[in-house]
Amino acid sequence: MMTPSITHPIGDFIRANVPIPELAYLINAIICIVAICTVAFGAAMVLVYMERKVCAHVQCRLGPMRLGPHGCIQTVADTIKLFFKEVYAPNGADKFLFYLAPMVLLTAPFMCLSMIPFDHNLQVADISVGIPLIIAVNGFGILGILLGGWASNNKYSLLGSLRSGAQMISYEISYAMILLFVVMMSGSCSLQEITLSQSGNLFDWWIFKAPGIGFLAFIMFLISSTAELNRAPFDIAEAEQELTGGYHTEYNGLAFAMFYLAEYINLVTTSAIATVCFLGGYLPLSFGYAPVDHVLAIIPGFIWFFGKVFVMIWVYMMLRWTFVRPRVDQLMGLEWKFLLPVNLLLLALGAIFISLGWIVP
Amino acid sequence: MKKEEQLTTKAYIKRYFQRICQSWSLIQGLTVTLRYFFQPSRIVTEQYPENKKTLKMHDRFRGRLEMIEDENGENKCTACSLCEKACLNGSINVLSTKNIAGKKVLGRYLYRLDTCTLCSLCVEACPFDAIRMNQDFELSRTTRKGFEMILNKKEGRG
Amino acid sequence: MSERTLPPGFREPVNVHDSEEFFVNMGPQHPSTHGALRLALRLDGETIVEVVPHFGYIHRGLEKQAESGTYLQYIPLTDRQDYLIAIQNNLGVCLAFEKGTGMGVPERQEYIRVMMAELSRIASHLVFYACFGGDLGGQTPLIYGFKEREMIHDIFDEQTGSRLTTNFFRPGGSTHDVTDTFIPRVKAFLKHLKPTMVDYERLLSKNLIVLERNIGIGVLTKEQAIALGCSGPMLRASGVNYDVRKNDPYSIYDRFEFDIPVTYNGDNYDRYLVRIAEIYQSMRILEQCIAQFPEGPFRAKEKPIIKLNPGSYYSAIENAKGIYGTYVVATSGDKPYRIHTRGPSFPNLAALNIMAQGHKVSDIVSIMATLDPVIPEVDR
Repeated sequence: MMTPSITHPIGDFIRANVPIPELAYLINAIICIVAICTVAFGAAMVLVYMERKVCAHVQCRLGPMRLGPHGCIQTVADTIKLFFKEVYAPNGADKFLFYLAPMVLLTAPFMCLSMIPFDHNLQVADISVGIPLIIAVNGFGILGILLGGWASNNKYSLLGSLRSGAQMISYEISYAMILLFVVMMSGSCSLQEITLSQSGNLFDWWIFKAPGIGFLAFIMFLISSTAELNRAPFDIAEAEQELTGGYHTEYNGLAFAMFYLAEYINLVTTSAIATVCFLGGYLPLSFGYAPVDHVLAIIPGFIWFFGKVFVMIWVYMMLRWTFVRPRVDQLMGLEWKFLLPVNLLLLALGAIFISLGWIVP
Repeated sequence: MKKEEQLTTKAYIKRYFQRICQSWSLIQGLTVTLRYFFQPSRIVTEQYPENKKTLKMHDRFRGRLEMIEDENGENKCTACSLCEKACLNGSINVLSTKNIAGKKVLGRYLYRLDTCTLCSLCVEACPFDAIRMNQDFELSRTTRKGFEMILNKKEGRG
Repeated sequence: MSERTLPPGFREPVNVHDSEEFFVNMGPQHPSTHGALRLALRLDGETIVEVVPHFGYIHRGLEKQAESGTYLQYIPLTDRQDYLIAIQNNLGVCLAFEKGTGMGVPERQEYIRVMMAELSRIASHLVFYACFGGDLGGQTPLIYGFKEREMIHDIFDEQTGSRLTTNFFRPGGSTHDVTDTFIPRVKAFLKHLKPTMVDYERLLSKNLIVLERNIGIGVLTKEQAIALGCSGPMLRASGVNYDVRKNDPYSIYDRFEFDIPVTYNGDNYDRYLVRIAEIYQSMRILEQCIAQFPEGPFRAKEKPIIKLNPGSYYSAIENAKGIYGTYVVATSGDKPYRIHTRGPSFPNLAALNIMAQGHKVSDIVSIMATLDPVIPEVDR
C-alpha cells in the first residue's frame, strides 16, 4: 500500500494559487529546501546525541544524562554554546576562503540529500543520472576540507587537510566503483529505479540478491565510505594529535559547528545512499508470506527508510568505537593495493553473473 | 636509517593473502563490543550528586584531618606536637596556651588543607587518638582562606 | 657547506649533501597520557632521524626532601613517584629500611605484601593496555582498561584508605591489618577479570590493524637493552630472561610457582604480549597466595622512631615497569643522609631514541605506549 502523496497536492496548490509560474516554482523550491534542511539538521542533532550514547554503551558507561531525560537535549545546549562563541579568522588568513570553506563542505551532502527517495513520492529531484551526480558532488566535500586547511594560515592545518584530502580522493575511486557496480546490477542510474529494482521480498535486496558478491560489495562500500567520511578508523584528519590539529583547528563557534554538523550530515547522506543501493530503500520488509507482508506494508515507506538508515548509522558508529587507526601509509596501501583490485574484480564478476543470467537487472 | 626489506614476489603474495585471512580478527573484535553494547548490566557509572544518600566511603578512607570531639566538644589533644613533627610538609601547627593551673594545653590547632598530602602520618603519630582522617571527600573551597582551618572548637583541658 | 649547528641534545651527524631535515617539538603537553615530556624530533620528511627527550618538568626534589625529613616521611613521597604502582614503591623503600634496621616481618605480612604488589602490577598493566589502545586510536580499550582498575582501587581504598597514593607499608609491617573482606574481594576480582581479559585480548591482541602497526616497529635488540640498562618488560621482550623476583628473590617470591614471559623479537608487539602475559602470571600468584594465606600478627613490634644502623643499604624490587632500587645511606639520627631511587622509567626512556630511528612520526606514539614510562618517576 503506497503512502498517499503529500508533496504533489502541496505543489499543485501553490501552482494553482500563485499567478506567476516562476514565482510558484520559486516557492516550491524554497519549500523543498526547507524540508531538506529540516531533515538534515534534525538528523544531525539526533546523531550527535546518538553517537555519544552508542559510544557510552559500548564502553560500559552511561553518556549524557543530565539535560533532559537521559540527556536528550544535550546537543541543543552544545549548539547554543557554539552559537555564542566568537568566529574570527587568524591573522594573515585568506578571509574569503576561510569563511567559504564550511559552506562549500556543506553543499555536497545537501545536494545528495535532495536526490534521495525517502518514499515513493517523497523525493525532491529524481534525476536520471543520479548516481554519477552523487559521485561528482562528493568532490565538494574534498574541496571544503582543502580550503579549510589552506585558508587557516597554519602549516599544521595545511598538512592535516592535505593528508585528509589525499585520503578522500583515493577512497573516492572505490566508492564510485561500488556505486557503479550497483548501477550495473540494477540497470539504471536513477535512485528511484534502483530502489524499485529491489522490490519483492527480503532476498531481493541487492545485498542478498547478487550471490556472494552483493555482501562483498556492501563490505567494500562500508570501508570506502568510512574513509570518505573521515571517520574512525580512518580519521587521521581529526585525530592527528601528534603533530597537526587538522583542518578545523582555527575554526571557532558557528563555523566549527558547521564542520562538525557537516560530518554528521555526510553520515546521514552516506547511510541513505547505502540504504537505497543495498538495503532496499523505502521498501518494507517482506518475506513472501502474504499476511505478514500485508501487516508490514501498512507502515509508511519513510519510516522503513529512516529505520534502515539508523541501522546503517549504528553500524558506522560501532565500527568507529571498535577499531584502532591504521598508519597513513597503511591506509593508502589499503585503498590502492586492496580495495581497488577487489572492486575491479567485483565489477568483472558482476558482469559475468549478469551475462550468465544469475542476476536479472 | 632502516629501510624496509624487499620481499620476493612469492613472499609478497603470501603476505597479501595472509592479511586478508587475518581480517577475521576484526570481526572478532566487533563481537566483543557488540556484546558489551547489548549488556546494560555491565554499566559501572554512578550518577554522582544524585546518589549522595547511599554513598558511603570505606572506614579507613583518608578524607581530611579532623579532631575527635565528644558530645560536649571536648577533645583529647594535649598539645604534645608529635603530629606537627610527623607531618611531612608542615601542614599542622599546634599552638598551645597555658590553662588556669599553668599547665600547657591546646590553644588552637591550625591545619592547612591545601598543603596536606592526606598521608595520615600525623594520625599514626598521635599517642592519644585525638585526631583522625574523616570521610569528607568534597574538599574544594572557593577562597584560599577556606583552606586554613582550626580543628578544635574548645581549648584543651590537659 | 658549513656544519649546521644542531639544537642541544642532538648527536647524529648532519648529512649536509642530502638532507631536508627539520626539527619539530612534541611539547610537554601531550594528548597521550604519559606525563609532561618534551620530545624534540629531528625529521627527514616523514622519517625520524633522532629523538631527544627533554624531561624535568615534574622535578620536585623528592630525594632532597628525603634528607630533611625522617625515614617514615619519605614513604608518602615514593607514592608520588610512580602513582600507578604506588604500593610497590612503598614496598621497595621499606625493604631497604628493614635491611638497615635488621627488622624481620611476620608471615602474614609477607603474604599481604606479595598480594598488594601483584594487585598493583595488574593495575599498572591494565593502564598499559588502556594507553596502548588509546594511543593507537581506539577510545574503547582506553575506557576498558581504566574500568577494570576500579575493582583494584576499591580493594586499596578499603585496606589502605586511599585509592592511588596508598602509603601502606612501613618498616616491619604495614599501617593496618587487612580486613576480613580482603580475601573475598580479591577472589571476586580474579573471578571477574579472567573472562574479561579474554575479551580484551580478543579486541586487540590479534587485531590486524594492531599487528600491522606494531610488528617490526621499535625493535630493541638484546645487546642494546642490556647496554642501556633497561629492565622489566622491555628487557624481557628483547630476549633477556631477568626478573628480580626469580633471579634475586625478595620477600617470599621463591615460594610461588609462576613463569616469566620472555619473547625474542624486541618490537612493540612483543612488549605488549609480555605485559599481557604478566597479568595472567600475577593472577596465578594471587591464587596461590589466597590458598596459603596465614593468620598471625601483621607487623613486627612497632617502633615510634625508625633509626637505621649507620651504613649504606640497597634493595631492588621488580616494579611493573622494571627494577626499582632504593639506595639508603644512613648515619646516626633519625633522618637519612641520602636516599636515591633508581626508577625503571629513566633508562627505559633512554631507549626511545634507538627504537624510534628510521620509523615514521606516527610510530613514536605507539613506541611510547609500549615503553610505558611514567614521567614523574623519571623526574622525581
